[in-house]
Amino acid sequence: MQIAHDILLRSYRSMRTIRDFEERLHVEFATGEIPGFVHLYCGEEASAVGVCAHLTDTDTIASTHRGHGHCIAKGVGVDGMMAEIYGRKTGVCHGKGGSMHIADLSLGMLGANGIVGGGPPLICGAALSHKVLNDGGVAVAFYGDGASNEGTTLESLNLAMVWQLPAVFVCEDNGYGEATGASYACAGTQKARAAGFGMPYFDCDGTDFFAVYEAAGAAIAHARAGNGPVMLHVQLARWYGHFEGDAMTYRANGEVASLRAEHDCLKNFRQRVTEVSLLEPSALDDIDASVKDEIDAAVTAAKNAPLPEPADLEADVYVSY
Amino acid sequence: MTDLITPITMPKFGLAMTEGKITSWNVSPGAQIDVGQEIADIETTKITNGYESPATGTLRRQVATEGETLPVGALLGVLADPTVSDADLDAFIEKFQSDFSSGSADTAQTDHAEPTLVTVGELTLRVQEAGQGEDTPLIFIHGFGGDLSNWMLNQNDLAGSRKTIAFDLPGHGGSTKTVGDGKPATFAATTSALMDKLGLAQAHVVGHSLGGAIALELLKTFPQKVASLSLIAPAGLGRAINMDFIDGFISADRRKTLEPVLHYLVHDKTLISRRMVEDIIRFKRLDGALQSLQTIATSCFPDGKQADDLKPVLTSFSGSAQIIWGADDEVLSPTDAKGLPDSIEVITLEQTGHMPQLEKAAEVNAAISKIIK
Amino acid sequence: MSKKSFRQAINEALRQEMQRDPRVILMGEDIAGGQGGTAGVVDAWGGVLGVTKGLYTEFGANRVFDTPISEASYIGAAVGAAATGLRPVAELMFVDFVGCCLDQIMNQAAKFRYMFGGKARTPLVIRAMYGAGFNAAAQHSQALYPLFTHIPGLKVVVPSSPYEAKGLLIEAIRDDDPVIFLENKVMYDDEEEVPDEPYSIPFGEANLTREGDDVTIVAFGRMVNFANEAADRLEKDGISCTVVDPRTTSPLDSATILECVEDTGRLVIVDESSPRCNMATDVAALVAEQAFDALKAPIRQVVPPHTPVPFATVLEKLYLPDSARIESAVRSVMAYKKAKQDA
Repeated sequence: MQIAHDILLRSYRSMRTIRDFEERLHVEFATGEIPGFVHLYCGEEASAVGVCAHLTDTDTIASTHRGHGHCIAKGVGVDGMMAEIYGRKTGVCHGKGGSMHIADLSLGMLGANGIVGGGPPLICGAALSHKVLNDGGVAVAFYGDGASNEGTTLESLNLAMVWQLPAVFVCEDNGYGEATGASYACAGTQKARAAGFGMPYFDCDGTDFFAVYEAAGAAIAHARAGNGPVMLHVQLARWYGHFEGDAMTYRANGEVASLRAEHDCLKNFRQRVTEVSLLEPSALDDIDASVKDEIDAAVTAAKNAPLPEPADLEADVYVSY
Repeated sequence: MTDLITPITMPKFGLAMTEGKITSWNVSPGAQIDVGQEIADIETTKITNGYESPATGTLRRQVATEGETLPVGALLGVLADPTVSDADLDAFIEKFQSDFSSGSADTAQTDHAEPTLVTVGELTLRVQEAGQGEDTPLIFIHGFGGDLSNWMLNQNDLAGSRKTIAFDLPGHGGSTKTVGDGKPATFAATTSALMDKLGLAQAHVVGHSLGGAIALELLKTFPQKVASLSLIAPAGLGRAINMDFIDGFISADRRKTLEPVLHYLVHDKTLISRRMVEDIIRFKRLDGALQSLQTIATSCFPDGKQADDLKPVLTSFSGSAQIIWGADDEVLSPTDAKGLPDSIEVITLEQTGHMPQLEKAAEVNAAISKIIK
Repeated sequence: MSKKSFRQAINEALRQEMQRDPRVILMGEDIAGGQGGTAGVVDAWGGVLGVTKGLYTEFGANRVFDTPISEASYIGAAVGAAATGLRPVAELMFVDFVGCCLDQIMNQAAKFRYMFGGKARTPLVIRAMYGAGFNAAAQHSQALYPLFTHIPGLKVVVPSSPYEAKGLLIEAIRDDDPVIFLENKVMYDDEEEVPDEPYSIPFGEANLTREGDDVTIVAFGRMVNFANEAADRLEKDGISCTVVDPRTTSPLDSATILECVEDTGRLVIVDESSPRCNMATDVAALVAEQAFDALKAPIRQVVPPHTPVPFATVLEKLYLPDSARIESAVRSVMAYKKAKQDA
């Protein structure tokens, strides 16, 4: 398939940004300076970016507790995200949400979500907005194999079909719900679940940007054309634990090392585009350097940013009260 | 013996009243009552009013208890000669109650015409008609923040031989809540259009407060439509106005804050009933009501003073005109009526506030009857 | 202006707001009803008790959405739609069903604005029936407003009459925060004068349905009517009561409650929700903390026992507060004499 030059560059930059953002968080979290829980998206970058490459600011996404990648892919700035994760007033949520609640509704980013299975019902609503307001938008729910067992997700698949919503259910299947394998926790298959609701199903290798881009393109086009919801099953793997500090005692030795060696979406992307001369290696090198600077700057700024003030405690519970 | 027994029944204050609450008895059983004496206070959905005895006699029984709410026509008490026996009184009361309970619902409703909605251009106006006959009709124009119920004690009394019209100005009561520029001239144009719609070529015009200014604007632009003019505490004759009333009326959003503002309207503060306050709060909650009041206040009372001087319109009127004013008006000053030609009678009512038509309904009705005869 | 039932008042509020604002949509189970039925009709029910009857016919399939029996998905959808440009009014049928969708209300709608740093608006109304007195038994009769009141980010409305219901529902629909609007199912046929025009009643402003000098009765929802009945009977015996209808439990008009208690010195609270951590305990704590010196007698609560709502009529009658119990509570605080003065 043909992918425009600027989309390739933008997508690479986005994947690189996610990777560096997460790798840096892994390092910084270990220093003890970052409060709370952090769930890293390393290894899954191609999924968020391959899907969001087909979306505009009109379209809506809902994310998960592992949400940094979706935020960056949807266009949320890393400065505001980093400051938020550090609990600073300059954070995208003024330090009141943290890693699990990064949102920017102006960009159609309906929020990371601390509740597993929280996103799919919200996405039915966002899709309903697109349908009623007739703005041509689609709504995309990212959810994991763990969330695929939540009643909210299964109810949402049904509701979206009943209402024929422009919704895309992206099941990011990384094989683990926390410390429990999908092979244990998920009965049947995602494909059969989609079929059970009469919902069209697409699947792809989530470590291959081009596979995701192609499958997501078909899935989103189906929903956007008014043909109803679809499921996109993205098979991928996370490189870190459920949360930072997870020793991953449930994973075999060497599993992550082999993922890094053989299923690195960034390495694969570089190899593929340079082999066929779609992009020059130097262009990718430039992006790598620029992203590194950007993340450095974001961390420095976040560390130096002001903390929330006491008056912020009771602000913004309501629009008016 | 029954001719010696006079039932005292729940009166009907105004067209819309279907029931009233006896808030207090002002006389005790055994008291000798003269006709016209205030024997009880009756609270209606609009106002609390003293109830003047329709007859002379001894109050032998208080049938209704204080705090009781009863339909119009229900027995409140019994006047009777001291010679009438208790047994006869009991029999009378028993018969009255049994007759009343079987027929009351119908009789209470038959003479009660509901207001109707009349379309005038882009506006819908709520209109209350009463009376019929060949005599020149009469139209009532209420003031700022009022509605057609301001005439509840007047309209029926003046409807003997003519059609009478009370209506809610735009922005008020049940009429459309848009007021254009909110100026008296605009309301006068609407009033004229309403008269056209109702087929009234000419009418006696009674205007209260801002409605007085509207009446004068009507006279200015459509002189042929005005048969006579009765202005009650009218705006348009001076500059001063109590802006504490206007601003307070607009800003008060709770009973506690509105009630003191409404006290400006009357000399006898007890006339302002809980329900009257509640009704005004409810009116102000209607979509567009508050904006309408604000527009009117800004247009009619910029800089805290009345904008329009309509005295020349009144002095050049060749027809019959009179002014009725409460001596204790706390909203507009009765001194505004000074310096008018002798042909215009000015009636000043003592111990009366800004709403003589409610507070001194009998006197006001008598004055209007005289001029429209 | 004409007499309208509680049901009609709510229907009219919905209709007028849908006419005014095309972003207002309705969703819920059987709110039209009949879709997919063999009769081939829609708007067959208009809601399980007919409250939304006619709205599907008037506004069509793009404004009125029947849902599967699937509370988590459609309440969540209402939340998502509210965050993305619509103003949904979702009907939860019986408030007891909140157990199936509490996450969408408690963790999503209520928290968006705060955890997103003030950037989200979630103009959502969830309508649901509450209350005992219908022989609907334990899973269809609860008065769960304290549950919602407890959650920051939600507003909670408990209307006490048709007039109140229309004005408060219009306010709820125009409000930019998530609002839980609870309708007592026993009151749908109650009638009173309700203006034909749209109007709104602000949240957080209590209504005094009676004003007196001796005892303040704070009552919620349907209990306001019982409190009024009790107050009217007591007045004949010379005991004059103020009856406070807070209208909304969140925000709560604490100032008016405190003022009334300062005036009367005695407080009876009537709440038909389960007695632990309910509005009665909340108001009692408020007054004990902030108006202690004004109290001439202990605060009395007229509340149900700490049990599920029973089915049998005789038990359900025992369960619910009524005007007789309110009356007796008022008499008891009037009769109270301090055993001994402070040393």
